[in-house]
Amino acid sequence: MRIRLRYRKLGKVRFTSHRDVARCWERAFRTSGLPIASTEGFSPRPKMHFGLALSTSHESLGEYLDLDLLDPESDSVDLDALPAMLSGHLPDGIDIETVAVIDRSEPSLQEAVTSCTWQIEVPTLTIDQLRAAVDRLVASDTLPIVRERKGKPVSDDLRPGIVHLEVLDPTAVPADLAGPVLYAELATSPRSVRPSELMAVFDPPLIEGRVRRIRQLITENGATREPLPPGAPSMTLATAGVI
Amino acid sequence: MNGLWPQIEPLLSRVSKPARYIGMEGGAQQPQHAPDKVAWLLAYPDTYEIGLPNQGLQILYEILNERPDAVAERTYAPWHDLEELLREHGIPLFSVDTHRSAADFDIFGFNLSAELTYTNLLNMVDLAGVPVRAADRTASHPLIAAGGHCTYNPEPLADFLDLVVLGDGEEVVAEITEVVGGWKADGRRLGDRTGVLRALAQVEGVYVPSMYRPVYSGVDLVGIETCSREVPELVEKRTIADLADFPYPKQQLVPLTEVVHDRLNVEVFRGCTRGCRFCQAGMITRPVRERPAEQVRSMVADGLRRTGYDEVSLTSLSTADYSGIEALVTDIVDAAGDGPSITVALPSLRVDAFGVGIATQLQHARRAGLTFAPEAGTWRMRQVINKLIREEDLYSAVEAAFSNGWRRVKLYFLTGLPTETDEDTLGIAELARNCVEIGRAHTRNPSVTVSVGGFVPKPFTPFQWFGQNTVEELQRKINLLRDATRRMHGVQVKWHDPKATQVEGIMSRGDRRVGAVIETVWRNGGTFQEWNERFDLSLWLDAMAEHGLDPDWYTHRHRTETEVLPWDHLSAGLHKDFLWQDWRDALAEVGLPDCRWTPCYDCGACTGYSIEHIVASATPPAGGSQGTGQDLSSTWVPVSIRSAEDVPV
Repeated sequence: MRIRLRYRKLGKVRFTSHRDVARCWERAFRTSGLPIASTEGFSPRPKMHFGLALSTSHESLGEYLDLDLLDPESDSVDLDALPAMLSGHLPDGIDIETVAVIDRSEPSLQEAVTSCTWQIEVPTLTIDQLRAAVDRLVASDTLPIVRERKGKPVSDDLRPGIVHLEVLDPTAVPADLAGPVLYAELATSPRSVRPSELMAVFDPPLIEGRVRRIRQLITENGATREPLPPGAPSMTLATAGVI
Repeated sequence: MNGLWPQIEPLLSRVSKPARYIGMEGGAQQPQHAPDKVAWLLAYPDTYEIGLPNQGLQILYEILNERPDAVAERTYAPWHDLEELLREHGIPLFSVDTHRSAADFDIFGFNLSAELTYTNLLNMVDLAGVPVRAADRTASHPLIAAGGHCTYNPEPLADFLDLVVLGDGEEVVAEITEVVGGWKADGRRLGDRTGVLRALAQVEGVYVPSMYRPVYSGVDLVGIETCSREVPELVEKRTIADLADFPYPKQQLVPLTEVVHDRLNVEVFRGCTRGCRFCQAGMITRPVRERPAEQVRSMVADGLRRTGYDEVSLTSLSTADYSGIEALVTDIVDAAGDGPSITVALPSLRVDAFGVGIATQLQHARRAGLTFAPEAGTWRMRQVINKLIREEDLYSAVEAAFSNGWRRVKLYFLTGLPTETDEDTLGIAELARNCVEIGRAHTRNPSVTVSVGGFVPKPFTPFQWFGQNTVEELQRKINLLRDATRRMHGVQVKWHDPKATQVEGIMSRGDRRVGAVIETVWRNGGTFQEWNERFDLSLWLDAMAEHGLDPDWYTHRHRTETEVLPWDHLSAGLHKDFLWQDWRDALAEVGLPDCRWTPCYDCGACTGYSIEHIVASATPPAGGSQGTGQDLSSTWVPVSIRSAEDVPV
């Protein structure tokens, strides 16, 4: 049985790397006794499939992990209790919100997700300065950047990857973020735009404060959905009305 | 309480590996500080990745936090990127547990395991906002303490440390807590620092350097005087009688980020009586105290269940010597049963087929490489250092390794040993070549890596009188070995930088005058000296010259029997005449057997403290010939109990 978990990464634990978090999950599977399937071979590893890596020091309200559970042992796993149970074996700040069974034919998170939304603190500007900077940026037809690919500089245009950009209304800024906050939807496909690239393309470049991924989105055939909606009960994606 | 966290947090997204500074490990504590509790900050003067796994600090962290009158937190050396930001923003060094300012602790205690970390100690004290010299501190500052193997010669750091602990820390931290608790209850009155230090100096195992004064005649150290009648003339180390009384760590810390030795560690015994003459650890941690097998089993089972690690290391100085090691290992592997597969690691594999046999039982999966430490290239040289491994032992071990599926073998050697000749150095190449030959019978591309370290004589070993090889001599020997192995297919040679070896030597046997050198190197930016990319010999040589000290005199000179050694007022329990005799035996190429299975030769470690070896089995382990005496039927193993033979140095 394949399940998809949605979890948060908030607070001090944001300073751990993607690799660190992967190791924390592995230990959590062992301490919790979750019957997880393993790869074959000399060094068996639990079968877990991450979505898009989150940069070290970025927070997230919407991270995903797909797990293959052993069958038939998975029958005895209480999916409703799983989020709280497994969160107890993970570091403070990593909390599983919801879980659902997915079909093995479901495309991987890395393939499926087309964009992410972000909240980015910009502590060095006033809200008016930031609004003006965003207006200028959004009005640009192209945003040329040079990025390194296989050790060689390659010219690229960042503009198509910026799906949406605005300054959050102060009343909409979460209590634990401060100052003017950018709200951005950045594409992850065909090529990914990182928050740091967005900040660098401003003129002059902006300095980011706290960066928080809010949602991961799948847009196909003109419709947009999340890999697993927040608070979805533990059921299949089909019965949750997602597919 | 989050202390300095709000100030530290914005800096962390600007530094490398910020997870080093967040704490939050499994098993980490959030102790509640209170005026009636003595606050310890336990520090390792290197990066988090190297310091976190230190078992000594973890043991004391738990023991202190269990006490109603103490709290303990931890800190590590911030990498220079964070250090620069801390200094720029005026933020002091902090604990990783509650991010409390280091200066807000009563005792700031360092584990000293390597000489090249000494400048980091000064840097951390300075980052805490505490004067680096003990004489400049007032009653409002924390007491700066140190423990660990390097403290058997604390003299280079004497001017910077308020107190030094010799030996096992499990019991003495309680006594120190009580003394400091009394001082704290008394209001830590200004000017009262001498009083608390005098009281601490009366705790057995505690050395207060400021209460002792070295006496020089010209360049020579001629004595160490006490400054007060109340302090002991000889400071004895502390030894816990029975490891079974201390089943720590009970909650080994599980870091969120990768560190060295990232696995469960269970100490199976402390001390070693193999008697390798170069090995300070083996000399200063005597006698052997084994942990009962039942306790080892439950610590392994509980630890694996709690931590989620899939690897456990059974630690000691020579784990294959643990009584009933085979049964223990079988039990551990069986207990894992059909659960997730568990890897059991023995960090110190004995050089014989027996050792490999155990390894075969343990490592079902990964058979990438096995490591052995023959330490020297010829039988003659191994007799000098009392590492009584015959060539046959090594070859049988290597044969067993390759025939059981391993493809890489790593061999550890020392160079610059007493009486070493070029023949001994070339013997290393010869051994490596023969090991590759053995491997060819089993695998297409056998690989043998030879790792060579320059020998640094250490206090309280029979080699403490030996003049260390110069950088040029060590480099010449390394080159000799490199040239000899250049055309040997399958043999790779790696070596430790002889320049670093020289600096280690200066501090290993340095006296109090070396302290000024450490301070100068630190002030000139010489931190993280054990990191290749940061090490700079010229910083050290310039500082030696600036203070009128001769590196040659400190490192390359043979000491005489009558010379006063800088650590003569300290005791690791070993009789000095035992060490001197063992030094003479070394020069005569005479071995000394392991006293676990042969009569006592009175080194002093047991008799002096009325304790004894705790070994579950009266018979030596099967197989092997390393001084255990079990293979003495092979008449040519020249082990003698004592030799009075006089050999000129």
